[in-house]
Amino acid sequence: MAPILEVDNLSMVFGGLRAVDSLSMKINEGEIVALIGPNGAGKTTFFNCVTGVYVPTEGDVYIQAPGATERRSIKGLKPHKITEGGLARTFQNIRLFSNMSVLENVMIGHHHRLNSEVFGAVFRDKKTREEEEKVVHDSYEILKKIGLENHVNDLAKNLPYGAQRRLEIARAIGTDPFLLLLDEPAAGMNPQETKDLVDLILRIRDNEKISVLLIEHDMSLVMNLSERIYVVDYGKLIATGTPQEIKTNKEVIKAYLGEEVDA
Amino acid sequence: MKLDFFFQLLMSGLTRGSIYALIALGYTMVYGIVKLINFAHGEIYMIGAFTALIVSGVLSMYGMNPVFIFLIAITAAIIYSAAYGVTLEKIAYAPLRKAPRLSALISAIGMSMFLQNYVLLAQTSDFLPFPELLPEFGFLDPVKFIISTNQFLILVTTTVVMVLLTFFIKFSRTGKAMRATSQDRDMAQLVGININKVISITFVIGSALAAIGGVLISSHIGQINFYIGFIAGIKAFVAAVLGGIGSIPGAVLGSFVLGITESFGTGYISSDYEDAFAFVILIVILIFKPSGLLGRKVSEKV
Amino acid sequence: MFNLKELRKSFLTSLWFMFLTFPIMVIKVNTITDTVEWRWRNLAFVGVSAFILSFVWRWALDRRAKGGKAKKDGIGFKATVLAKTNQYKLPGLIGIGLLVAILPFFASMYTTSVLTTALMYVILGLGLNVVVGLGGLLHLGYAAFYAVGAYTYALLHYHFGISFWVALPLGALFSAVLGLLIGFPVLRLRGDYLAIVTLAFGEITRLVLENWNDFSFGPSGIANIARPGIAGIKMKLPQATIFIYFIAIAMVILTIFLVNRLENSRVGRAWEAMREDEIASQAMGIDLTKTKLLAFSIGAVWAGFVGVLFAAKTTFINPASFTVWESIVVLCVVVIGGMGSIPGVVVGALVFTLLPELLRSVSEYRMLVFGITLVIMMIFRPGGLIQKTRKSYKFKKEGDGE
Ligand SMILES: Nc1ncnc2c1ncn2[C@@H]1O[C@H](COP(=O)(O)OP(=O)(O)OP(=O)(O)O)[C@@H](O)[C@H]1O
Ligand SMILES: [Mg+2]
Repeated sequence: MAPILEVDNLSMVFGGLRAVDSLSMKINEGEIVALIGPNGAGKTTFFNCVTGVYVPTEGDVYIQAPGATERRSIKGLKPHKITEGGLARTFQNIRLFSNMSVLENVMIGHHHRLNSEVFGAVFRDKKTREEEEKVVHDSYEILKKIGLENHVNDLAKNLPYGAQRRLEIARAIGTDPFLLLLDEPAAGMNPQETKDLVDLILRIRDNEKISVLLIEHDMSLVMNLSERIYVVDYGKLIATGTPQEIKTNKEVIKAYLGEEVDA
Repeated sequence: MKLDFFFQLLMSGLTRGSIYALIALGYTMVYGIVKLINFAHGEIYMIGAFTALIVSGVLSMYGMNPVFIFLIAITAAIIYSAAYGVTLEKIAYAPLRKAPRLSALISAIGMSMFLQNYVLLAQTSDFLPFPELLPEFGFLDPVKFIISTNQFLILVTTTVVMVLLTFFIKFSRTGKAMRATSQDRDMAQLVGININKVISITFVIGSALAAIGGVLISSHIGQINFYIGFIAGIKAFVAAVLGGIGSIPGAVLGSFVLGITESFGTGYISSDYEDAFAFVILIVILIFKPSGLLGRKVSEKV
Repeated sequence: MFNLKELRKSFLTSLWFMFLTFPIMVIKVNTITDTVEWRWRNLAFVGVSAFILSFVWRWALDRRAKGGKAKKDGIGFKATVLAKTNQYKLPGLIGIGLLVAILPFFASMYTTSVLTTALMYVILGLGLNVVVGLGGLLHLGYAAFYAVGAYTYALLHYHFGISFWVALPLGALFSAVLGLLIGFPVLRLRGDYLAIVTLAFGEITRLVLENWNDFSFGPSGIANIARPGIAGIKMKLPQATIFIYFIAIAMVILTIFLVNRLENSRVGRAWEAMREDEIASQAMGIDLTKTKLLAFSIGAVWAGFVGVLFAAKTTFINPASFTVWESIVVLCVVVIGGMGSIPGVVVGALVFTLLPELLRSVSEYRMLVFGITLVIMMIFRPGGLIQKTRKSYKFKKEGDGE
């Protein structure tokens, strides 16, 4: 089976800094893959390049939706086009629509799959009404799965921290992706919340059939959850393999220990 | 004769540029440190000019030597503008440091409205003649048709002020703290820089420079009213953006580019659109080079 | 609160403000007669007010600092208020409707005309609210669109004798097109830069109108613009005034209806998401270019409408009516009323236009007061007079039973 995401020698240069340095990656349908590395290794930048926030300096990014017959390049596309293509993401420093309700946040996720425009908004024709009802319903269903159904009308900014992280995931699922990119989803969560998160991610993969690529510093989460791991340091790929292989990889140990000595 | 005209325009362009530079520095320094367009900065400049006018008006009743009067008036203008600048920051901006940028900008617009109308109501809406205090400099006689005493004074003062400012920012402790704060405020705070103090000093310096500009240009043009700050402020802001907002040499360069463009534009193209040149330049710059002539390009970190 | 330390603080503040306002408030130089007027009473006035206000100020800041925490768990409060107001909504609306309908038959022509102006600001405010309140795009050139509407009618009427009713959609159309034209180049700009560039666009528009004599008749403007009529009937001034009032009412109702519908739709959600976070909204599949341009041009439509109405009402227009300050006044309406809140904007517009009329004796203080009000609002009540209440959704939970 063809990979659903294929990144080919991707580089991103800021001034003189190669934040990502010819990184390649393949993700297959149904996988949970982790991207790890010390602080400042270029993980978030990699996400930004894949999702169109930055246009990569070199390299290419291809996607092939499950069931599609051909892969296509998404390099240089606007972020919303990439989202339409089936990638969705969360942000490391939570970027919710703070003054909108929890439900509306998820409804925004559905935006690109809806058709009503100014005409529909003004006349509220039957099609628009049905569409709106469906969005509300679907969004609520997503919130139920994520466990936020008791907060539908709360403003996003009033949610507790952990719930905000989960709302980011709910919002991303709203876009109906085949691959979900999570940037440090467990950051700031307590052990119980982290445990729930692991279950949640597994459910997303198993029930929603969404593959997952996640950046995470919490090693026990990474080792428990992911089937394959990519390790980057200074923008370069230094190792890749199963959790078992990574645990014993010398390069990886050096990168992490080196960092600890520095810190 | 044609060449004379060219030089006249050049000189008037440089003069304008100098004044814009004195005001633009305030915008750029404040923007560098608090990331706010101090919309009321033009009003600070206007208040400087009014203070000078009032002080010189009172002093000339007592028949003091005009040059003395001028010096006292400009000092008073500097002190008062600085005081207004700091007070403005404390009232309208400091409580909004953590608020969205839009809030701070609206607050600034409010302050601009308030100060304009404050002067209008406490003084007058009419144009007031600004006293001529300085004698003509004899040594300028041979080139009188190109450069006037006031213009000469403006150019010299601006140059001196720029040099002093550069030294201050480069070498003084406070100057270094200012640069550090503008690079990375959180980091600056971590290394023990008193941010509030730095912000206050920035407002003091910016306002003082604006006051100098206000007094000089008013005595050059010969009249002022409550509205002079608004237009001058907008144009100086354009100059700051043109040069790359946050960059001090950029503000100076932008100001001269703008001053000279305006001067030649009105001289050779049309004087009807005098005020439009600045706006057109602004739009063109922001579309094609949003970071300005000398500004750093920053892509938002996500 | 009133301990020695606080008193000392207020005393020093008072001294500081006396110093600060001394030259401008106290001294007035008459350059013609060469006399100086010393207005010491002003100094006393400043001293006393600063002393008192400094207490109020610190108290208010203090309260704000504490309020920030209390608000987080005060969600329940809003819901009850909402429920209560809903109960009075319908009778209230009917009452207001009746009052509005019969008012011009009792009020003087002047009052009717002032009310019409107020209504025009309601529409302008609601239009700008789409751009600023929903879209989060700080627009300081709104008066340009207003001007386009007014000049569309004035010029078409002057040259071709086009009637008000034909000009109305045309004015809105041209205005929307200008909205798109301005929207395109500023797409990439954010926040402060956007504000200043829209301001520049507005000023350029005004300068062109002022200087392109062949086209716009320059500063002397265009006079003798026809008031609206129906089926060619010429009305006398009193009737026409009342007629325009009702046109304005109809437009306000239509605008409220439309803005409300837009707000609660896919389009409105996209605007709000864009306001909250441009990057996140793009990542959630929103086409920023389209959403921004739409906000600009839809917002412009209303300015165009009001422009046409304005030209018809005053029968004379010139560029002086379309300065930056006009744009800023409309912005004040939106901000003070409540960004994003329709009742807020309506109230904001009424307060803004009617209050100065009621307080005629102090109307020269209008801009002064509005200026400081903007500052105070931003600090203490950034949501405006009537804050937006979000639509809330109800769902049946499993186990609740049907
Ligand atoms: N927009 C930008 N402009 C300039 N440099 C940037 C930009 N974004 C990221 N960088 C730099 O690129 C490098 C990689 O940053 P990145 O955020 O991708 O790291 P990361 O692996 O996500 O780290 P962390 O684990 O701390 O989140 C850093 O040195 C960072 O300063
Ligand atoms: Mg990161």
